[in-house]
Amino acid sequence: MLRRLCEITDPVRFSFDNRPITAERGDTLAAALLASGVETFRHSVVGDQPRAPYCLMGVCFECLVTVDGVQNQQSCLMEARDGMVVESRRGGRQVLQGQS
Amino acid sequence: MRRITVAAELADHYDIAIIGAGPAGMSAAVEASLAGATVLVVDENTAPGGQIYRAVTRHSRGHDDVLGADYWKGASIADPFMAATIDFASSTTVWSLDPAEEPSAHATIGLTLAGSARRVEARAVILATGAMERPMPVPGWTLPGVMTAGAAQIALKSIAAIPEGPTVLAGCGPLLYLLASQLLKAGADITAVLDTADAGQRLRALPHLPAFLGSPYFAKGLRLLVDVRRQTRVISGITDLAIDGDAHAQSVTFRRGRRSETLPVRTVLLHQGVIPSINLASSADCAIRWNEHQRAFQPEIDHLGRLSVPGLFAAGDGAGIGGADHAAVEGRIAALGALSDLGLITQGEAETRLAPLKQERRRYRRGRAFLDILYRPAQQFLSPPDDATIICRCEEVRAGQLRQVIELGVPGPNQLKTFIRCGMGPCQGRLCASTVTEMMAEQRGVSPAEIGTYRLRAPIKPVRLSELAALPQTEDAVFAVTGRRPEPSTNPKGPNL
Amino acid sequence: MTASSIDMVVIGGGLVGSTLAWGLARAGLQVTVLDGTDLDPRASRANFALVWVQGKGVGAPAYALWSKASAERWPQLAAALFDDTGIDVSLNQNGGFSFALDQDELDTWQAEMQAIVRETNGRAAPFAVLNGTETRERLPFVGRDVVGSIYSPLDGHVNALRLYRALHTGMKQRGVDYRAGYAVERIEPVSDGFRLIGPKGVLVAKRIVLAAGLDNTRLAEMVGLHAPMKRSKGQILVTEKCAPFFDHTSATLRQTDEGGVMIGDSEETHTSAHATNQDISAVLANRAVRTFPLLGDLNIVRSWTGQRVKSLDGLPIYEQSTTHPGAFVAVCHSGVTLAANHALVVAPQIAAGALSHGLSAFGSQRFHASQTV
Repeated sequence: MLRRLCEITDPVRFSFDNRPITAERGDTLAAALLASGVETFRHSVVGDQPRAPYCLMGVCFECLVTVDGVQNQQSCLMEARDGMVVESRRGGRQVLQGQS
Repeated sequence: MRRITVAAELADHYDIAIIGAGPAGMSAAVEASLAGATVLVVDENTAPGGQIYRAVTRHSRGHDDVLGADYWKGASIADPFMAATIDFASSTTVWSLDPAEEPSAHATIGLTLAGSARRVEARAVILATGAMERPMPVPGWTLPGVMTAGAAQIALKSIAAIPEGPTVLAGCGPLLYLLASQLLKAGADITAVLDTADAGQRLRALPHLPAFLGSPYFAKGLRLLVDVRRQTRVISGITDLAIDGDAHAQSVTFRRGRRSETLPVRTVLLHQGVIPSINLASSADCAIRWNEHQRAFQPEIDHLGRLSVPGLFAAGDGAGIGGADHAAVEGRIAALGALSDLGLITQGEAETRLAPLKQERRRYRRGRAFLDILYRPAQQFLSPPDDATIICRCEEVRAGQLRQVIELGVPGPNQLKTFIRCGMGPCQGRLCASTVTEMMAEQRGVSPAEIGTYRLRAPIKPVRLSELAALPQTEDAVFAVTGRRPEPSTNPKGPNL
Repeated sequence: MTASSIDMVVIGGGLVGSTLAWGLARAGLQVTVLDGTDLDPRASRANFALVWVQGKGVGAPAYALWSKASAERWPQLAAALFDDTGIDVSLNQNGGFSFALDQDELDTWQAEMQAIVRETNGRAAPFAVLNGTETRERLPFVGRDVVGSIYSPLDGHVNALRLYRALHTGMKQRGVDYRAGYAVERIEPVSDGFRLIGPKGVLVAKRIVLAAGLDNTRLAEMVGLHAPMKRSKGQILVTEKCAPFFDHTSATLRQTDEGGVMIGDSEETHTSAHATNQDISAVLANRAVRTFPLLGDLNIVRSWTGQRVKSLDGLPIYEQSTTHPGAFVAVCHSGVTLAANHALVVAPQIAAGALSHGLSAFGSQRFHASQTV
């Protein structure tokens, strides 16, 4: 939902739900995902509804994603880094192996 | 500035800890370090600047500058901050603040940095936690494609990106027009600005107009309004607003007078002013009071920013909305207050240096009441009439469910929270607290001051169980949990994963 | 100023007060509930939501059996609340564990359980002692630091917040006049009942029930009752929601039907503060992660504390004043576990005008006796 005004000059590459993403070094993960056409970051825990960042400043907790296997990370407060494996989340956190 | 990147690099103890590296926090840090205090500044974001000067240290000013001179003013605060003798921990979340138990003792801050929790002591703590946008619950506000105007501005500042496709801005307040102007300049497709301000407020604000005419914001504000109106459709007097779409915002429907209209959209940006972030102050049991002009709760502070709990200070928008310039001055005032209370400067020196700052602060406060009253959000956007509107985004509690619980006669927001889980999710009530208070006040016909708000408890931000588990264990705490004192020879075990 | 006399006033709208009020209304009484303010200390908002019998009543067999009876009565309460309000309080009585992190702990608990069986002549709830391996056979995700556990099939839990709302919804449905923010400063016994005096005015009640938690101590003295209390602050951590992993419950960790995990508990006896204590959070978290290593990455999203409503000996107090008949007091710190008894046994007795002989073990004379020793 975001369009960059400038070309990326110092790229970092990572994946979101197995899709390759390129961002500018220093971008927050949430902004980088929005600028790569990612619309839905997760599905809500209670009602299973699509959600995406609302505030981009650490307040709303709508931008939660799984980063390198760690679930429910606030993507607006972390930097996009090379090789990150980012996944969207459906519903509540899983704690038992094999739950997904 | 020493950058702290892992929790182990933190000292155990600082003279002054400052939470938040926006204009208030950065200014406070510089002031405190100049007096020789040991200073720690923490901020959850990856770089200093806060929201207003977000990423100001990341970019250099370009030719096609859309952010304007006010934004680049941040560099003049950030530069001395970067050069100051302080510890700065970015990407660091503060989840607890325990005030000193007795006057000569220290406050303790619980924080998480690079995946580890740590507790750090400080003789004084300055809360420079800033503001957040007042939630604007309308039907469809949880859809992807809907975000706050502030979020769009953050994207503009931090990654130089603008919303894609037809975009509608809706709400009220100066930031709405500032953002509209910035986005238009950057080439965004702004279909309309839907102004939801209550026209009746103009009359109420009138008595405060003379003061505003003398404020530094007057000319700026006027220019903005003219600028935006010249470039896009501005529709005032909006009374209903709903966003539709299946998995993404697709259209906005609004009503003005008897006419209803629907616009296709890709992005909707909502904004109805900003309110202080009070969670940390509240969790430390600082007195909180209702500000009727600003229609928000704020911590009580004295003329030096002292909170009601000894050793704690607040500065900037987190202590009451005043804007960036005001925040920078308040940061310095709070720092001088703390330095003087700690005996790091003499009272006389403090007073000499405080006098011009207080005068400056007065200047920035001039005219504020006019803006606050003029842009007071309309009642239907403070307390949504439509029962299906989601109020608590985390627990997905709707307005109708809340009204039913209020109808039971609950004594206040905290009991309501218990009954319906509103405010119990990860955002810890940040996105519903103000609405809950407004709804109760409306339904009972009393002032929000009488209703109150959620009482917060640490952790005020989520913290991983394993991080807490790895913190040092005190003998008293082990006794409180197990009923037995740990044997002197055997240290309590760390988690055996 | 003086209103006409009300049949029955319950002072306190927490779990105990609202359970009794709902029970009294079911018994056909016109009931008024006077409740405090939003920020009054409320154990009802801070409890652990257990319907728990295990380990209760060492040296007090009446309490062990009273708790057991309530657990057995709980399905009846849940059904009655559902009938009244349509609210399902998610009663789950699948059995509960106490997880020991060292042998000492396990041995102590086992001895206590055996004492309860002995003191109740075998009528106590059944239990099993499991070693570490046996515990992990039943619950494969339990950590290696767990040396054993006590299991009792009668233990369970409910959604206590929904229970609280169901009771208030039920009160409304049954015409209970609930008034929040209605502090009672003084009670004056008068010929036809009691004058309840507070900043909002004066009410006259024919009969009253004191269910005001810690404030009972102060109020009881005004009507010839005695409710001495001790300090007991507890603290609980709550995680974000996660998929179901633990269909039982335990005294210190449970997963709610909504997915969050509650982690308890602690007891501080020398503080009236209500802020959370991070040192205690650290110990609670440490034990939780050692018991359930798979929870390590969960985020704690909230924490809270509460002052337990604990009488001097920890047991409930139920009593009618002998000097001022018509004034009753109800004190207990297990407002969830004992809710079934309160609604289905105590309330009907109060409605009928007298507490049964079976409740005499919970009279306050026991404190007078111990003071003279």
